[in-house]
Amino acid sequence: MSHKSFVWICLLPLAAVTAAFFVLPMARLLVTGAEGPRGLAEYLAILAEPRYRATLLNTVLLAAANTIATLIVATIAGLFLQRHRFPGRAVLVAILTFPLAFPGVVIGFMIILLAGRQGLIGDVSSRLVGDKIVFAYSIYGLFLGYLYFSIPRVILTIMAAAQKLDPSLEEAARSLGAGSWAVLRDVVLPALAPALVASGAIAFATAMGAFGTAFTLATNIDVLPMLIYTEFTLAGNLATSAALSVGLGVMTWLILALARSFTGNSVAAAG
Amino acid sequence: MRNRILFTLQFLFTLLVAAFLAVPAGLSIAAGVTVNYFRGLQSGVTLQWVAQVWDLYAGTILASIMIALGTLAVTLVVGVPAAYALYVRGGRLARLVEEIITLPLAIPGLAIALALLLTYGGFGSFRRSWLFILAGHVVFTMPFMVRSVMAVFATIDVKSLDEGAASLGAPPWRRFVDVIVPNAAPGILAGSLMVVTLSLGEFNLTWMLHTPLTKTLPVGLADSYASMRLEVASAYTLIFFVLIIPLLVAMQWIGERGQSR
Repeated sequence: MSHKSFVWICLLPLAAVTAAFFVLPMARLLVTGAEGPRGLAEYLAILAEPRYRATLLNTVLLAAANTIATLIVATIAGLFLQRHRFPGRAVLVAILTFPLAFPGVVIGFMIILLAGRQGLIGDVSSRLVGDKIVFAYSIYGLFLGYLYFSIPRVILTIMAAAQKLDPSLEEAARSLGAGSWAVLRDVVLPALAPALVASGAIAFATAMGAFGTAFTLATNIDVLPMLIYTEFTLAGNLATSAALSVGLGVMTWLILALARSFTGNSVAAAG
Repeated sequence: MRNRILFTLQFLFTLLVAAFLAVPAGLSIAAGVTVNYFRGLQSGVTLQWVAQVWDLYAGTILASIMIALGTLAVTLVVGVPAAYALYVRGGRLARLVEEIITLPLAIPGLAIALALLLTYGGFGSFRRSWLFILAGHVVFTMPFMVRSVMAVFATIDVKSLDEGAASLGAPPWRRFVDVIVPNAAPGILAGSLMVVTLSLGEFNLTWMLHTPLTKTLPVGLADSYASMRLEVASAYTLIFFVLIIPLLVAMQWIGERGQSR
């Protein structure tokens, strides 16, 4: 057997599995989206139908707020951890990165333990001010949940990028009389920009498509993945749910592709 | 002096962020072994909730382990040869294939699950079997295995190794088994840990694909969060942590070893 045909044989199983369980189903999803009473216009419903548009706007705003908050939190903590060595640092890094592999459902439960009916925040607040604060099942709980799973993803990227920064640039800026804020604003943050864009895109795309957390906290949250789920299971609306999930998939893919073309890095949004 | 204050502020902030992530996990572990969470730890420590979870949900835990191992087997058999082929062939086709198999990471699991349901929902016996969930997990985890192995190929100059073995007269499949696979071991190991960890925790796809008879651990977790008392849900989460944390520690250890080399 020639080397060339061996290489083809090596590739064959992957081609078969991918075609059968990804490419073909995705094509089916695209077709189904246009098979409803509205036909191809189903794909526009995500923008044209007021209820879907409101949900889309809600989802985008929530994902954007989550991305900004995560970037701020992770940059402060990530830069700090990369620049200082102190006892217990390794433990802090481990704590900040472990939740990376927690599924969305588990993160939803973490938020319930924190801000749910039997949660820590409600417990402390009822003891301090006699008022039980419970917000796990609202959009604020979902925001907190997204923060919980975005921070580990972003902090790792920022720490890796901060490690590669050239310290002599900062020293030069400082010797020229720049204060710490000026150094941060004019030297450090611009150097971190590609990492911030890449990890911000991951945080945004993941928050757009996250289902498990919203599902666990569910009661009165209106986000796109929950809408797709209810359209499919409760309303049995195949075409709408297919068209909406194609729309969602195109959006998350576009965000990641844009970030990738900007940074030249491949990025992924698992979860 | 100013630096001292700045250091302390940043340190406290980082500590606060770590607390935000660690405290709920700690609460959940504590609640899983507490007699009555409402009354606190002084109500006593017990394993009754863990035992109750085992009675109710042992099937889901075993199912998840089997599916994770099955997913690992498929990604190994399919993904490792493919990574080799993609790497040695290179060029536009290889990039296109890599792009397509990486797409499931950019598309929400819900959409992929819906696509699988629409395509195979009518094939009753496949739809009802564990293989349906396995297929979803394979699609979702495959890119991690392929990329992890390809990353190793890029660092060890696998082409000259391959050519060296070829000049000694070894046929392609022998070179693959005796030269390529052993050299790719670090990537295969890292990819395997990732695949098993992701499969054990996968929910977005699995929730859509499962049937009452094919429930995995995360599906059972969602069920217990919705319908069981907090102590049982916590004990169940505790079991999940016990399964997943050794894998995470191993991954971090491998990552650090790779960095220090």
